[in-house]
Amino acid sequence: MRRSMLFMPGNNSGMLLNADALGADSVILDLEDAVSPQEKDSARILVRNALKYLGYKGCEVIIRINSIDTDFWKKDLDEIIPMKPDMIMPPKVSSGMDIKVIENYMGEVERRHGIEKKISLIPLIETALGVENAFEIASSSKRIKAIFLGGEDLTADLRCKRTKQGDEIFYSRGRMVMAARAAGIDVYDTPFTDVEDEEGLRLDAEFAKGLGFTGKACISPRHVQSVNEVFSPTLEEIEYATEVMEIIQVAKEQGKGAISLRGKMIDAPIVERARQTLEAAKALGGAF
Amino acid sequence: MEIKKKATAGTLESSDIFVQVEPNDNGIEINITSIVYNQFGEDIERTVREVLSEFGVNSVKIQLKDRGAVECAIRARIETALKRAEGMED
Repeated sequence: MRRSMLFMPGNNSGMLLNADALGADSVILDLEDAVSPQEKDSARILVRNALKYLGYKGCEVIIRINSIDTDFWKKDLDEIIPMKPDMIMPPKVSSGMDIKVIENYMGEVERRHGIEKKISLIPLIETALGVENAFEIASSSKRIKAIFLGGEDLTADLRCKRTKQGDEIFYSRGRMVMAARAAGIDVYDTPFTDVEDEEGLRLDAEFAKGLGFTGKACISPRHVQSVNEVFSPTLEEIEYATEVMEIIQVAKEQGKGAISLRGKMIDAPIVERARQTLEAAKALGGAF
Repeated sequence: MEIKKKATAGTLESSDIFVQVEPNDNGIEINITSIVYNQFGEDIERTVREVLSEFGVNSVKIQLKDRGAVECAIRARIETALKRAEGMED
């Protein structure tokens, strides 16, 4: 289960060394914004070697490549695809056509290296056009397992100020969740950028969870634990879900069409939520 | 691979290594300084020679200032410096 995704700068050998030991469900090794243009070659060689020699057995590995309007993204894929990372994160995706361009080139590189596995995608949506096309993007390829909202670039594109409260991205968050769920995939929230504000982080993560996000990205290892906690089911939720599934079984055995628990009717959406809660708890295996 | 010009890669930050390569007329010359030279100096030199061999480099002057980099970082920084010296960088 992927709750937290931790960004790691792709040209920092010290940080890459410990990337999978910081508690995040996924690490995003970044070849884009965290790397200056003159160090792009160095970063992709370092990340390729890190994938080859360090392995990262403890967590999922996502590589953020450079956007398709640069000269770097094909070289990123040439270097990284042979190492078979779990996912590729293309940034600034604004349409399904962008995904087709990336997917076609990924297919080319995979064939060149005899790789049968189709490497997954998690597009980073961070433009006004991208948000408006979120469902088109989310449903444009079977490689896409999730979409991810980037609040910083988005607010620059919207020409508004990025605030902690996040009113300016409220519409975009809702639109992203709707698009992802309609396409049957996961959806990840933008990072909370104040590393020192633990309470603000928790409130922001709880708000995102309340909207339907699957998890949240982090730009600091210090944020990982809180994000994991917020996006894990609580013990009370697990207990309630267990009771729901038990009473539904009883209702079936007794041939009852309707049944109540704790004074509330148990209907199909409640059963579905209970099933999701227990599935998440099982996936985490007590690691929360 | 031919070393056509002087080039560098890496940093002097902790867990990294700074590598400088330049053309040389007298085969391979390796100069290593490391905060862990007594423990790992031979390992670093072996890695340097392996990477040079992988890239078919027979003549180079290579200087390495190590700050405790692991093998994959050493390999990556040498490869980057070699490719830059050959004019293959972005």
